[in-house]
Amino acid sequence: MRICASAAEAVAGIEDGSTVLIGGFGMAGMPVALIDALIEQGASDLTVVSNNAGNGDTGLAALLAQGRVRKMICSFPRQHDSWVFDGLYRAGKIELELVPQGNLAERMRAAGAGIGAFFTPTGVGTPLAEGKETREIDGRTYVLEYPIRGDVALVGAHRADRMGNLVYRKTARNFGPVMATAAATTIAQVSRVVETGDLDPEAVVTPSIYVDRVVAV
Amino acid sequence: MSLSKDEMAARVAADIPDGSFVNLGIGQPTLVADHLTSGSGVVLHTENGLLNMGPAAVGDAIDPDLTNAGKQPVTERPGSSYFSSADSFAMMRGGHLDVCVLGAFQVSASGDIANWHTGEPDAIPAVGGAMDLAIGAKRVFVMMTLFAKDGTPKLVPSCSYPLTGVGCVDRVYTDVAVFQVGAGGVQVLDTFGITFDELAERLDVSLRPA
Repeated sequence: MRICASAAEAVAGIEDGSTVLIGGFGMAGMPVALIDALIEQGASDLTVVSNNAGNGDTGLAALLAQGRVRKMICSFPRQHDSWVFDGLYRAGKIELELVPQGNLAERMRAAGAGIGAFFTPTGVGTPLAEGKETREIDGRTYVLEYPIRGDVALVGAHRADRMGNLVYRKTARNFGPVMATAAATTIAQVSRVVETGDLDPEAVVTPSIYVDRVVAV
Repeated sequence: MSLSKDEMAARVAADIPDGSFVNLGIGQPTLVADHLTSGSGVVLHTENGLLNMGPAAVGDAIDPDLTNAGKQPVTERPGSSYFSSADSFAMMRGGHLDVCVLGAFQVSASGDIANWHTGEPDAIPAVGGAMDLAIGAKRVFVMMTLFAKDGTPKLVPSCSYPLTGVGCVDRVYTDVAVFQVGAGGVQVLDTFGITFDELAERLDVSLRPA
């Protein structure tokens, strides 16, 4: 675990072709400073996993606008302010894997928890389950889904301590905790780093074992 | 007289048992919250990780870290809790929600729902939590107008739009009637400004009276 002096230091070394998990539900919980630093850093040909596909012209939308993302894996790309993604998609410049939101979360949970695959009832009988293995268990049909593993996770949290324990704020928590478990390297953007021992252990949401780098912005 | 959107929302709210854990889908179903009385003990769940959501936030109460599934600023009520997306969808998929209310393009007589994609070539598909809600909540209520703008019925023998879930809808609340749907076929529970015979005439599904 390393406390970084800058967002640029925090995102150093992210390679071309990486799968990057990016937290946030819309702008709530989106690690905008880390994404801005990733734009500066220059990695391209990325696969980005995030619930949405960018809002307005900042954060994830700015990364997409730079042409750095080859493929989006998300549940809800279409929003009133998703014009950057919409334009790329309609021009055939970005690939989309649409995943029901619960499957998106659970596939990352599975990656972080060492689960090889799982059967879920979500999506059965719909186009999003086409071609996938199904099984009837106790009279109900389930579809087989595989983990989504990240090379890097960029998450926005509220506070970290110097060991990397994280707490979140309100609904900005969303995908942060599950993404933190599912990537080889987890990088957290927080509003403040506090001394070790200053976070109530009962209130820690992401334990330090999952966190590799922290930057306060 | 057919019902306004607000009256439809009130009709849905009246059928939600006190003390239920409820998820209201984005769009029209959100209006249902305005008709739940404070004494009902209904707890609202929002998929982005909050139980016991309060009304929309205004003025100084607006907090960018506190939004609903439609990304609108909301408030928390006393006794609320926050959790991650993985936990939020475990609540749904695990059958812990009593009721969800969804909008729809079409519902079939057997309770299939289509509400995420028109299937048009240049449409950008977006599913969000709709598929998880449809299969996860103990009871799924749909709130929609019964006829599209061109007069085509939206309660159909089988959906022509891509499905969200199979056989999962229990009730359909519309501007002119309330229906029970599912394996047992379609029963008309209530009508507003239309007769049973007129409904039977305009719909392509067989109807049973209440």
